[in-house]
Amino acid sequence: MSVDTVSLTGWGRTSPTTAVRFRPRTYEEAAAVVRGRGPRGVVARGLGRSPGDAAQNAGGSVLDLTGLARIGAVDPAAGVVRCDAGVSLERLLRVLLPQGLLPPVVPGTGRLTVGGAIASDLPGPDHRRSGSFARHVSALELLTADGEVRTVLPGTALFDATAGGLGLTGVILGATLRLRRVGSALMSVSTERAGDLDELLARFTAGGDRMPYASAWIDLMARGRSTGRGILTRGEHAPPPVRPAHAGRTRLLPRAGAGRGRSSAPGPLSGLFGALPPLPGALLGPGPAALYNAARYRGAPRARAGEPRPLSAFFHGPDAFPEPHALYGRGGLVRYRFTVGYGQEETLHRVVRRIAARRSPAVRAVLHRFGTADPGLLSFAAPGWSLALDLPAALPGLGRFLDGVDEEVAAAGGRVCLAADSRMRPETAAAMYPGLAEFRELRARLDPAGAFRSDLSRRLGL
Amino acid sequence: MKDAFGAPQSLLVLGGTSEIALATARRLIALRTRRVWLAGRPSPALESAAAELRGRGADVRTVDFDALDSASHEVVLGKVFAEGDVDVVLMAFGVPGDQARDEEEPMAAVRVAQTNYTGAVSAGLVCAGALQAQGHGSLVVLSSVAGERARRADFIYGSSKAGLDAFAQGLGDALQGTGVQVLIVRPSFVRTRHTAGLPEQPFATGPEEVATAIVTGLRRRSETVWVPGALRVVMAALRHVPRPLFRRLPV
Repeated sequence: MSVDTVSLTGWGRTSPTTAVRFRPRTYEEAAAVVRGRGPRGVVARGLGRSPGDAAQNAGGSVLDLTGLARIGAVDPAAGVVRCDAGVSLERLLRVLLPQGLLPPVVPGTGRLTVGGAIASDLPGPDHRRSGSFARHVSALELLTADGEVRTVLPGTALFDATAGGLGLTGVILGATLRLRRVGSALMSVSTERAGDLDELLARFTAGGDRMPYASAWIDLMARGRSTGRGILTRGEHAPPPVRPAHAGRTRLLPRAGAGRGRSSAPGPLSGLFGALPPLPGALLGPGPAALYNAARYRGAPRARAGEPRPLSAFFHGPDAFPEPHALYGRGGLVRYRFTVGYGQEETLHRVVRRIAARRSPAVRAVLHRFGTADPGLLSFAAPGWSLALDLPAALPGLGRFLDGVDEEVAAAGGRVCLAADSRMRPETAAAMYPGLAEFRELRARLDPAGAFRSDLSRRLGL
Repeated sequence: MKDAFGAPQSLLVLGGTSEIALATARRLIALRTRRVWLAGRPSPALESAAAELRGRGADVRTVDFDALDSASHEVVLGKVFAEGDVDVVLMAFGVPGDQARDEEEPMAAVRVAQTNYTGAVSAGLVCAGALQAQGHGSLVVLSSVAGERARRADFIYGSSKAGLDAFAQGLGDALQGTGVQVLIVRPSFVRTRHTAGLPEQPFATGPEEVATAIVTGLRRRSETVWVPGALRVVMAALRHVPRPLFRRLPV
């Protein structure tokens, strides 16, 4: 087990804090860290893709679980796999896909761990059909404050607190996942352009559930009549015959080991970008961002259906690009992800109009549609629309602006995602998550000394 | 914990009656700050400052703190940090002194030096240690442009601030990578009740402007802020003016 003292931030690179980082290779080493913790507690960390401070623990210990990355035997008949919490979804996808299996929920990036996906209870682009990640966990191994490893089954109070529990109920060490069977490694993708937000929402709902996966990019810089214009991308698993002749096996089914080094040793391009010092100001002003957005919008097909695309490119397209931090400057980025219920479209409109009126350089903005709420006490997804956007943290007045949006979202009965948060007020979080009282009570019972703490839990008083 | 924009939830002010500190506290309370510790010598001014901040919705407590009593700093400040995390420590105590009198009475000059420099060294080290243990936080040090280059008109005050500034720079470097930020604030002549009646100097500024600069510096995680910002350029030039010429400058 390697131990070092490091300054850690989330993916957004805001508010760095220092902690002692442990990298256990076995469950016993992880348990020893939890038993020998200091007064400031311990929290688990995966690949650090949470944009906020959920996987930081100032002055305490951080358990980096990326060393715990064994994938157990896949049971193709039952469609289940047991794996360690530190396995990345990208790797899991690479291992499972050649066997015609797929992780149950595939969030927007593959560079996150199974443990992180459970602790944040991430929804995928097919939330209406499949729910969030933890719904497909049939058992998980949880390291609790007493240093014991317990098997937690769905339906129990501890499971519901751990799913979406931001690592505050214990350290998730491993999980058994129910998998989905797919016919091919190809997706049949349809793309359509919508000239404004009303049209975008209408197109979202028009097709019904025929296409299980749906997400849209919104141009948050377009104003006037085209406010909220965007591109809707929907997909379904293509049956094997759709596969075109030129799409060779080697391209579609990633060779074992071919891309394995990618996550640890980035490609030459991302290495170049990583070596650049963060710029004092963001590269991305409102002008270039608006140009980029307009080009992206006009470059998209007006309507195209049945386009075959490799599965990993469909789900994890942005992973192919270098990390975008240079665009956001030294201040880092803030992700704002919220959901409002069906019938509250007017709030969504107002928020989009407010962001567009501010001329903030918002390049990444993703709209999803959620189905029934997940059982997790702090799970984010609730029936309705969800919008996620990234903004440079250095924008003057952004803090107050987002506080205003918080109020609007809360008034509409919506909520802001805790796993992505880096700036919410504690009162707002308590108002948005009615399950928080029960969560606190359960934590107080199981872990009275507060062994599991993070900067997020300190900031929001979770 | 500070949020992504550097707005703290708890604030410790050393020198609780300082106008700059109170202007900063008001701004931070409007953002996120819920708990404020005002440390200073017990006085009606300290209590009324606390009452005013309480009126803005913060949980304000006062602490007996004397910059000249270096031996007590560890105990006094230790108690504050034992109560919970402190996200931002604002070292705002200091005395301007009276140059003409201080030149006549060496003991008065020593008092200026002890308050502004020695007191800040001991309080700064105690706070830095506590912040390092909690793994996060910011130490805001109110230095002065007077410390950048000693002037005939206020070299006793200036030299104490020069010592403080050098100390804070070194401390900031020592704390690099520990998650603790040291923010050095170098305002020019600030119009406060201490400076009322003195002749105003070029680039004079007010407590509100300094407070704004501190909040911005926290957001940007800066190491040094000058108030007004143009001073950075002006002082970069003045620093290199030959002494025979500098003596004759009307500054």
